[in-house]
Amino acid sequence: MIPGVDGFMYPNEVELQWSVLIVLYPFVTGLVAGAFILASLERVFKVEAVRPTYRLALLTALAFLLVAPLPLQLHLGHPERSFEMYTTPHSSSAMAMFGFVYLWYLTVVLLLEIWLEYRSDIVRLAQSSKGFLRLVYRALTLGSMNLSPEARMIDDKVGYAVTVIGIPSAFLLHGYVGFIFGSIKANPWWSTPLMPIVFLFSAMVSGIAAVLLLYMASMKLKKTPIDMRCVDTIAKYLFYTFVIDFTLEMLDLIHRTYESDESFRSLDFMVHTRLWYSHVVLQIGLGTLIPLALLAANQLWKFSELKRRVMYVTACSLTMIGIFAMRWNVVIGGQLFSKSFLGYTTYKVDLVTREGLLAAIALMLLPFVIFFVLVKLLPPWQESEAHKA
Amino acid sequence: MEITRRDMLSVGGKLLMIASVGATFEQITGAEPPSDAYRMADHWWGMIIDIDKCIGCGNCVRACSNENQVPKDYFRTWVERYEVPEGYVNPRVSSPQGAINGFPPSKQTSLKSFFVPKLCNQCADSPCVQVCPVGATFVSPDGVVLVDKEYCLGCRYCVQACPYGCRYLHPATETVDKCTLCYHRITQGLTTACCENCPTGARQLVDFKDPKDPVHEFLRNNKVTVLKPNMATQAKVYYKNLDGSVR
Repeated sequence: MIPGVDGFMYPNEVELQWSVLIVLYPFVTGLVAGAFILASLERVFKVEAVRPTYRLALLTALAFLLVAPLPLQLHLGHPERSFEMYTTPHSSSAMAMFGFVYLWYLTVVLLLEIWLEYRSDIVRLAQSSKGFLRLVYRALTLGSMNLSPEARMIDDKVGYAVTVIGIPSAFLLHGYVGFIFGSIKANPWWSTPLMPIVFLFSAMVSGIAAVLLLYMASMKLKKTPIDMRCVDTIAKYLFYTFVIDFTLEMLDLIHRTYESDESFRSLDFMVHTRLWYSHVVLQIGLGTLIPLALLAANQLWKFSELKRRVMYVTACSLTMIGIFAMRWNVVIGGQLFSKSFLGYTTYKVDLVTREGLLAAIALMLLPFVIFFVLVKLLPPWQESEAHKA
Repeated sequence: MEITRRDMLSVGGKLLMIASVGATFEQITGAEPPSDAYRMADHWWGMIIDIDKCIGCGNCVRACSNENQVPKDYFRTWVERYEVPEGYVNPRVSSPQGAINGFPPSKQTSLKSFFVPKLCNQCADSPCVQVCPVGATFVSPDGVVLVDKEYCLGCRYCVQACPYGCRYLHPATETVDKCTLCYHRITQGLTTACCENCPTGARQLVDFKDPKDPVHEFLRNNKVTVLKPNMATQAKVYYKNLDGSVR
């Protein structure tokens, strides 16, 4: 008997190949895509109520996007060769496109949109700040110091166009991550055409929840009143998106159960044993049904401001846990059963190895550090407060 | 015998000619042809496995491990023992240490039991080749799926994509490793280590492009199948008398 193995695994399957770091990859890119979609609500779909979170959402997306490739780099056996994906990509590989999708999204969409949005602020800060910061802001202007109304109008128009391009790009970024898993025919837990669309909607859910939490936490730290109209509107969109996401996941579950193909018995057993806590308890129970109930209650009844805040924070925190559990169940769950459908292995998380728990925690904290620096460098509040005034 | 100046020039000239065209001692002496005589386009390699002949001795696993320096607890080839109750429900399958030391006697003597040697199926439409982001794994012109370890990133997408569990990450090189069908041997006119060491001839290396290869008669005269035909990978390892319970 091999420790941690029940039944029969092909001998090379006993050890899991994709670790907790690969769980972080779809989780982090999902936050990026979701935060950007929330930002586009204001910019493209003119949902004015969410204006206070527009810049915050963009900076959240950037902070997480900068970290997105790091878990992959740490995971590679030869990270020094990763540039080969740019220089000699294999055209039939879904994974080969990651570098290009990532660069497109980072440079053409996110950096450009943030720069256009902040350009006038950066020019003002370059003129008003001193010392090293002045140099930083002058560099960030990229030599474009023109703040005439015509120039600002051009910023606005180009920014709008970039956001319009950004929406399908955000869909591409995360739908593509879903495709990486969904296109593996050897793995029935992953192989479903619903995977990209499930990933996309769960990304929107997690990104919206993350921005809502960051906004409320920021206001608390700044001791500034929370714009409840904004928070209510975001919670409403979170609810709608969550309903679609949950419907899609249930559709997948019902389809698998009703079809009951050769893999069903094996996967069903796995969900009822090894994945019971992470899938049924965390993902579906705590991470989906409870937040959905809290958000739905707010659509049906009117609660006091304090109660709403508590409900939103609870719902969003549970949502984040639920979406992380969903990524875990996809990535780790997909490797716990044998492709012979005759056995199961166990994933033991290392603590201090390159792909261990500490590395994962550090990688999850890093976006918040970057976010903090970005917020200090490019304050997202001025615009929103000026707008409110 | 007296050697004249004319003889010296004649022999010296011939030696000079041989050296200038790069001829080797073996060519001159008629010894075994060198590897550069091997033409990839003339071959299309695969394997045939006769389930009824496999006795589960594990010789193939040991030979492979020695020949290819396979790291401990990883396998380029392994043997499974199936013990199947009526109706295929829950077959009992085991492969202790990949069967490198064979199998202990079975406790279930009343069940249908047989051995299944496994290795890379050298698929012509290989999912592992399809997903490799840099093309480090590829099908050679003679039909062998290989990994360029100087190029592999170690992302392990191919390990996930292989339906048969034939790939692993080599712990020393941190690149993906798998059965090469003993490419270093077959291009020298030898057979694979596993086939050479099989005492019953259950495994045979075959060349589908060789009209004289026994594979053609084997495929004509026997009922054969590949593993997981629903995966449509165009596997080139054919099994004779494979039970429907095998996955």
